[in-house]
Amino acid sequence: MKAKSKKRNQWKAWLYLLPMIILLLVFTVWPIINTVRIAFLCRWDPDVGAIVGYDYQTSMLENVHYQFGINNFINVFAAGNSFLTALGNTMLLTVLTVPISTMLALLIAVALNSIKFLKKFFQTVFFLPYVTNAIAIGMVFATMFGMIWPSPAKPPTSVGIINTIIEAFGGHYVNWIDRGSSYWANIAVLVTYIVWNALPFKILVLLGGLQNVDKQYYDAAKVDGASRWRIFWRITVPLLSPMIAYVVITGFIGGFKEYTSIVGIFGEDMGPYGAPGKLNTMVGFIYDSIPHNQGKASAAALILFAIIFIVTMINMYVSKKKVHY
Amino acid sequence: MKDNRKSYARLRLTVGILLGVAGVCALVIGLLGFGLFALGTWLSASLVCIGFLTLALAVWSLLLLAKIEDEVFTTGATDEISRRERAQKALVKAVMYLFLSVLALAMIFPFYWMLISSVKTVEEYNLPTPTLWPHELRWETYLTAFTGGLNLGRLFLNTVIVGVVSTILSLIVTVLSAYAFARMEFKGKNILFALMLATMMIPGELFTITNYITVSAFNWLHTFTVLIVPFLVSVFYIYLLRQNFMQIPNELYLAAKIDGASDLKYLWKVMIPLASPTIISITILKMMGSWNSYMWPQLVAYDSAHMLVTVGLRGADFTDQLSKLFDYPAQMAAVVLVTVPLLIVFIIFRKYIMRGVSRSGIKG
Repeated sequence: MKAKSKKRNQWKAWLYLLPMIILLLVFTVWPIINTVRIAFLCRWDPDVGAIVGYDYQTSMLENVHYQFGINNFINVFAAGNSFLTALGNTMLLTVLTVPISTMLALLIAVALNSIKFLKKFFQTVFFLPYVTNAIAIGMVFATMFGMIWPSPAKPPTSVGIINTIIEAFGGHYVNWIDRGSSYWANIAVLVTYIVWNALPFKILVLLGGLQNVDKQYYDAAKVDGASRWRIFWRITVPLLSPMIAYVVITGFIGGFKEYTSIVGIFGEDMGPYGAPGKLNTMVGFIYDSIPHNQGKASAAALILFAIIFIVTMINMYVSKKKVHY
Repeated sequence: MKDNRKSYARLRLTVGILLGVAGVCALVIGLLGFGLFALGTWLSASLVCIGFLTLALAVWSLLLLAKIEDEVFTTGATDEISRRERAQKALVKAVMYLFLSVLALAMIFPFYWMLISSVKTVEEYNLPTPTLWPHELRWETYLTAFTGGLNLGRLFLNTVIVGVVSTILSLIVTVLSAYAFARMEFKGKNILFALMLATMMIPGELFTITNYITVSAFNWLHTFTVLIVPFLVSVFYIYLLRQNFMQIPNELYLAAKIDGASDLKYLWKVMIPLASPTIISITILKMMGSWNSYMWPQLVAYDSAHMLVTVGLRGADFTDQLSKLFDYPAQMAAVVLVTVPLLIVFIIFRKYIMRGVSRSGIKG
């Protein structure tokens, strides 16, 4: 009797899980296998006169045969060097934004934790960027940094609100994102926007960690007469280290997948007017390749995965040594 | 007596902080005012002076507060705490508030800029020095956002269809699997659960490529199906809900069994109501995900009949036919219309959203 009901239950459990399993097999498990497979599939195309990667459309139409090889990976690095540009941009943005946003978030979280009055208000304000649309607010940043410049021959008719603020402080206006703008000006705008966007999540996690810190440590330090600065570095940071490690690791992973913030500010061209692709990222490179060359896209995606994996491993290793507990 | 002092201290704190915030605002507006069209030099200069004075008042108010606080909250040891230390404490507090206020302003400014830009006339927006407050309000920009450039009404409709359908279907799949993992016994349960969690570690870009091939083969390109089906399963939501289901005591289940309730009835009548906070979190995050999704829709469904709001927004051209000028205010009005629903949802469901986010770190 008991065994029978158990068996019936088994059958039922699989029925409950069926939709999830089918969807997971089709859209998650199969893609993992297939993406690795087509990353190594390529063929010699006599029309193009080059090695081309796997392309679903042509393979359907012409019924061509592909061979295994590493040519997709060679193609990725050879393709007009645009992958190297994307790799460089992604690395630079990650290396700049992760430390800045983590440090700022830590300071804000500590400040928020030390106040009582208006705490809820500030918490809400600092969380606002999280619930917004990255593309939409990117467009707002574009209007803040952008200039009104109808004809290239003449100077811009309006330099935008940020430049106006700079000029109010006696500075000279900067061409942040418009035609002919410099690479570092573009990067500065992107870093500002990405940090603005990344702060809420980091503040939320760090503040959650701070609220769980035992007050006894602080009391003990105060009795010993430790200075605030010393308390911050000797007690707060070590006790928060698991949370800090968490936001740094997720920050690196998010940084390497940066894409929508650049689309928000610069549009689909991924660069200022007249220089498309100048600020492309690795994810941008993958998405550009998907419709016409899935082999190249897969190879690039595997490279991205490898980079994220290695960086996460390094992060874990470092935090294992540094994280207290 | 002590209560009196306490409420006095609270009053001081309130006044001090309000003064501090007002001071920072006056200072910033005054400083910017020098270069701005809207404010004259005299007005700006006086604003700067007022800002400084208000800030000084705020610091003084907070300094005094520390003294009162010590009197109220320390017992007899007041004399041992030096005056200097108290002043330092208050100063630190004032600096904290100043720091937070300045950063909070930086956080809010893009929203402010979006709102005021959306009601400016094109002429005013194109002025050499931008105005911080529009001279005349032009609400027609919101009409332009719907009529010119992009078909915002259609985009909203598409997004709502995709959002609602995918949320409902996703909830069904999630609840069923979470229930199976939490309450039912079957062979290979732990292995299956571990495998499922393992897929969370692989970046989504890796799936996208093959999924593109798959949906092309299914002939799903440019349909609503392609926007809904591939993302129905979220391993993280299943995990979250399973944890919640596990917390519900087993006795309830046994009691329901004795009463002759079926599994489905028990799930519907007991489990779902008890786990409703988690289910609400999942619903909101999933809806917000559809509202904000860009990369996948841009790749597979960019025709006007199925375009989602974010894709349409970025691609829209607001150039005026007559003057050949780009209508930035209309663009900003469209951005406001996309952003405000999110903010309203956030204000209503703040608790649920923050809970869901702090556990996951994923955006929708």
